[in-house]
Amino acid sequence: MDVAIIGIGIHPFGRTPARSGLQQGAYAARLALKDAGVEWRDMEFAFGGSISAGNADALGNELGLTGIPFINVANGCATGGSSLMTAYNTIRSGAHDIGLVSGFDKHDRGAFNADPAAMGLEQWYGELGLMMTTQFFAMKIQRYMHDYGISENTLARVAEKAFINGSLNPNAWRRAPVPVEEIAGSMMVSNPLTKYMFCSPSEGGVALVLCRADKAKNYCAKPVYLKSAVLKSRRYGSFEVFAPSQALQQVDGPTVDASRAAFEMAGVGPGDIDVMQLQDTESGAEVMHMAENGFCEHGEQEQLIQSGATHIGGSMPINTDGGCLANGEPIGASGLRQVYENVLQLRGDAGEHQVPGNPRLGYTHVYGAPGISAVTILQR
Amino acid sequence: MTNRLPIAEGLFTWPAQQPALLASRCRACGIASFPVAQSCMACSGQDVEVEELPGRGTLWTWTIQQFMPKSPYNSGETPETFRPYGVGYLELPGGVRVEGRLTENDPAKLHVGMEMEVVFDTWRTEPNGDEIVSFFFKPVA
Repeated sequence: MDVAIIGIGIHPFGRTPARSGLQQGAYAARLALKDAGVEWRDMEFAFGGSISAGNADALGNELGLTGIPFINVANGCATGGSSLMTAYNTIRSGAHDIGLVSGFDKHDRGAFNADPAAMGLEQWYGELGLMMTTQFFAMKIQRYMHDYGISENTLARVAEKAFINGSLNPNAWRRAPVPVEEIAGSMMVSNPLTKYMFCSPSEGGVALVLCRADKAKNYCAKPVYLKSAVLKSRRYGSFEVFAPSQALQQVDGPTVDASRAAFEMAGVGPGDIDVMQLQDTESGAEVMHMAENGFCEHGEQEQLIQSGATHIGGSMPINTDGGCLANGEPIGASGLRQVYENVLQLRGDAGEHQVPGNPRLGYTHVYGAPGISAVTILQR
Repeated sequence: MTNRLPIAEGLFTWPAQQPALLASRCRACGIASFPVAQSCMACSGQDVEVEELPGRGTLWTWTIQQFMPKSPYNSGETPETFRPYGVGYLELPGGVRVEGRLTENDPAKLHVGMEMEVVFDTWRTEPNGDEIVSFFFKPVA
């Protein structure tokens, strides 16, 4: 049984002081239900999560208490991907025909401060100032630049593109382009990454309505089919965040594993994908994730990014809605934002940020602490 | 007399003439891990032994932490006295790559592959005068 996405809704990302995280989630859910032409009472199940804005199940207080199984999902940056994968498997199994996936969040300003104990680590690791995701990403791209010849200018180009795409997306947080010189010359946060090369914690909400593929046309003129939804965690030997030690022999990370499994499940390859949303919590991550997801060889990113291939009009458009860099990262909503964007793209409804050429296949990828990755492949 | 206490028990030999970081090594698959763990992340084995890691290695990657982290960071610094610090993974031959603070915070003086040694020094002083000792990676002159 295939699975279709028949309704999508989003609450604009950024800062919305007047609405709680939960209210932003409810706003997105109402739009998704309306988009599918269904009512909340038609939902047979709901899965969702937030990290800082309460249990997603509390959406029932906003939308109505209907008695359905509502499962709260908490899986770091892959919270949305995990909810979606679970919904996908629920419909594929035949247990339910239609349901809703929700993700929302509302974080304080400034970098996340993770709790060592929650990650299975001892207190000294945090006391010494090592419990920082920003350091991990900086050290990963630092080594990657050394091994594969990626330049600092290329890191700035990734952020430049993100803000250009954000300026075309009415739901993005950062809506003004930033010159590449300003990005490169902004405050150094964690060498080699500057302020504009990092995304910030933010707020927002996304919801999706999914149903059995054979019933999709009853609801929606342009259903988009979920060809795969895969979640993987790290194996021993992958270079991961929040690791007091790393193996001497490195193996592929969860992104590579999730990507391969997703392509196999969908029966397509990287060359078939027309539009892709790749986790860009900082600009180095986008560079490395291009290769880890199979879209190029390690080191080819330098030429691809410098030549503009990853722009909306390029041969491999990446993060067409501005990605995390322009939207910020409300953790619970972030992975579903990528799926929302791909549905818009495949429907041909992305407006100013629409990829030309009538795209048929879209790809999403998130990576999160302490080494998990979720990938989806969508087809119209 | 001031007490000099390790930041955590079992992280390194202490007190010792020449302290060393402590790792667990799996008797089944031979993989080492820092800090000491009760079981092996590589093969799930539970038969591990504790060993001292080498005191010298090469810098595998690094960065500079330019802003003061929020809690649980506990250095005794204030936003006014905070100094950016280096962080890196030191590859200890035959052992594992260990993450730690660097004594150097000038990016111009750091590069992948450089030789570094593990040193032990005061990390912070408690209100009662106790000195808390931790490990650092220092460029070999």
